[in-house]
Amino acid sequence: MSGAGPRESVFPTRMNLTLTKGRLKGAQTGHSLLAKKRDALTTRFRTILRKVDEAKRLMGRVLQLASFSLAEVTYTAGDIGYQVQESVKKASYTVQARQENVSGVVLPAFDGVRSKDASDFNLTGLSRGGQQIQKCRDTYVKAVGTLVELASLQTAFTILDEVIRATNRRVNAIEHVVIPRLDNTIKYINSELDEMDREEFFRLKKVQGKKKRDAEKANESRQAQNAEFTERGGELHRDEGIGGGEAGGADMLDEGKDDDVIF
Amino acid sequence: MAATTSNPKDRNLLAVIGDEDSVTGLLLAGIGHVDQNQKKNFLIVDAKTQTSVIESAFQDFTERKDVAILLINQHIAEKIRPTVDRYQAAFPALLEIPSKEHPYDPAKDSVLKRVQKLRGD
Repeated sequence: MSGAGPRESVFPTRMNLTLTKGRLKGAQTGHSLLAKKRDALTTRFRTILRKVDEAKRLMGRVLQLASFSLAEVTYTAGDIGYQVQESVKKASYTVQARQENVSGVVLPAFDGVRSKDASDFNLTGLSRGGQQIQKCRDTYVKAVGTLVELASLQTAFTILDEVIRATNRRVNAIEHVVIPRLDNTIKYINSELDEMDREEFFRLKKVQGKKKRDAEKANESRQAQNAEFTERGGELHRDEGIGGGEAGGADMLDEGKDDDVIF
Repeated sequence: MAATTSNPKDRNLLAVIGDEDSVTGLLLAGIGHVDQNQKKNFLIVDAKTQTSVIESAFQDFTERKDVAILLINQHIAEKIRPTVDRYQAAFPALLEIPSKEHPYDPAKDSVLKRVQKLRGD
């Protein structure tokens, strides 16, 4: 009963029993809270999962469109790759992170930001493809917007995955390790206390029996002595003690009450 | 949990490893950035580019503190697949994008693989 399974190494006292019971209660509360957290996260995770799946497929189409418009540019304006690469100085399309809170988990989300001076791109001088380039750029900006959205979904996915795993680990640890351990400890303390109770009871019984035996022995020997004494012609007085003996405890005032006086 | 604790606020750049057309298009959208040390946030990969160069660029971009999203062409990711699959951190977010000659194959994406696995069961 008590030896089964691992338990905490504590002394089986009533105080430890109370403490362990408190801890068990705490563990159970923690378990239910963590389970709730896990469920909330999993719900969120499923939504994100579906969105990631959709967004990835969408991204394929969007980028295909974008490459097509770049091909159009190449057709009208020639290869602009070199010029574009050389004219890069400072990012005009940046992302900003903001944070979202899902049951205590901080999920980052990115927002694409286009700076103001994005449009004065001095490539319009390129032969006659200016308009085409402009169009292509807009397509690509849209595509990057999709990518940024997808990236925030994916980041959320990665973080949630990690957090859910950690939460699951904790839930399982509490359920399968901590709670049984505390249960075992409580059982152990209870059985030890019971054992001690039984021992104590037995001890008291023993003491009582011994006292009884001793009293009987004393009585016997006294009686034998008395008998011997009377045989030798002695008069036996009982030691009444003070307020003891047969009359012990009787009302002293009521005792030896005079008869009614009749004149 | 180290990935979740790092501050994403400072990250505001996109980085890209891709073929010439993909990179040109994305630069046209304005994601290109050259910092004070003339370090670019993009790498153009062609048929002659060594795998080790891609690999080191990948390491470089993932370790940079100002990169929020790293875009990589799927056919290039395929070349350094073990490294890509090993990459699990939340920041920078790694996105595999299709290129002109290589249509998107969801089955190869390291994240989608995990998505499929999780949705499957």
